[in-house]
Amino acid sequence: MATEPKLPDLSAVDTPPDLPSGTPMVQFDKVVKRFGDNVVLDHLDFAVQQGERVTLIGPSGSGKTTILRLLMTLEKLNDGVIYVEGQPMSHMDRGGKLVPANERYLSTVRKKIGMVFQQFNLFPNMKVLENVIEAPVHVLGVSKDEAVERAKKLLDLVGLGDRIGQHPTSLSGGQQQRVAIARALAMQPDVLLLDEVTSALDPELVADVLNVLRDIARTTSITMLIVTHEMHFARDVSNRILMFDKGRIVEEGAPDKIFSAPENDRTQTFLRAVLEER
Amino acid sequence: MPRIWDWDLAGQALPLLLKGFLVTLAATVVASVVAIILGLVLAMLRRTRFAGVRAPVRAFVEFVRSTPVMVQLFAVYVVFPGLSPFTIGVAVLGIHYATYMSEVYRAGIDGVPKGQWEAATALSLPRGRTWRAVILPQAIRNVLPALGNYVISMFKDTPFLAVITVHEMVFEAQTFGGDHFKYLEVFTMAAAIFLIASYPTSLLVRRLEKRLGH
Repeated sequence: MATEPKLPDLSAVDTPPDLPSGTPMVQFDKVVKRFGDNVVLDHLDFAVQQGERVTLIGPSGSGKTTILRLLMTLEKLNDGVIYVEGQPMSHMDRGGKLVPANERYLSTVRKKIGMVFQQFNLFPNMKVLENVIEAPVHVLGVSKDEAVERAKKLLDLVGLGDRIGQHPTSLSGGQQQRVAIARALAMQPDVLLLDEVTSALDPELVADVLNVLRDIARTTSITMLIVTHEMHFARDVSNRILMFDKGRIVEEGAPDKIFSAPENDRTQTFLRAVLEER
Repeated sequence: MPRIWDWDLAGQALPLLLKGFLVTLAATVVASVVAIILGLVLAMLRRTRFAGVRAPVRAFVEFVRSTPVMVQLFAVYVVFPGLSPFTIGVAVLGIHYATYMSEVYRAGIDGVPKGQWEAATALSLPRGRTWRAVILPQAIRNVLPALGNYVISMFKDTPFLAVITVHEMVFEAQTFGGDHFKYLEVFTMAAAIFLIASYPTSLLVRRLEKRLGH
């Protein structure tokens, strides 16, 4: 394939935190999320270890995307606590008591997390390169020269090194999504959230995006939480699959087990439905 | 028999009208700057987190929008006798149009997809930077034609300033007409000058609209 990247050097963005052993990277502790009367997450408990790749599957409305959005601080939870790197994220410590986090606290903890969206959400008023250097320069305080150099490497990695001066709107959906991946990586996240990143793409553009993600998974130790309907991809990159239904985990396990021998009825029906659709 | 149209008179009036037109133009430019900047400030204040700011700003916008600009001109003219009529004129016109433009900005800001805010959050961009670098450039681009139309509309409202004795073009026309007991020439010419200035501008705005895909 023309855009197949060489095995990339991602050491610049692969900056794993030094966590005490046994501390999960991400932990949900009895997390409840409601939209009105609709309970989306019902006392959800789960943990993701450092470097782990966890894929969340399940019917739409089962709360998968909400989990990612809570982690990215795009939603507020109703009950429970979310921990990242052993520190509370949804809450902050006030004299030994956990109180809901304020915006200033959130702005420090969310730097550990990066997210790629279904609709890319590139900034259309900025060129490709500007999209990628915006946050490193204005959030991390990296010098512009250094940010540009790093951004160019990342854009090379996603196969778009020759498009840095273009506006996002002149790119295909798949290309835009690869820029969005580079943009998220430029912030050196400890956790990368991938929210149905190929769902808005034409089928022939999906492979390029997934290949880039496979490379990143193969060459870095970045922790990933993935929501996807691409079951082959999930099987390739994940260490663990969590099957959700109605805001609860109904089954979890290694991809081989979940995809070859699911035990739960809901998992079986769901997988049959998605796999037949392909 | 008196002629209907007196070319001599028209020739005499022209320099005066052009002198007045310069004042009209100056008033339009200054009031536009006031409206364009203040309109944005009002729009952003109406979106601030502080409810104690939002409510009075909203009340102010509604009040100004719901009362005639002529009444506002008179009122401010009477209340601040120390200020020059020109200053009062551009301030009142500018503030009046700022309230209209604030609604335009608001629509433009609301029109920026939610995903842009979310992407900015995901990148940890501070709020100020998000406004400056992400939201406003997109919002303003989308409302440029609407702002342009308001500037043209304001240009055509400048004759109101005559009521508080600003010597803009229509004031000059009136004076000249009164002095010579003949209004047809001066007012026809004033209208023509307005047309000559505003029509190309509106064409320009329409082209801008097309280019932005409205």
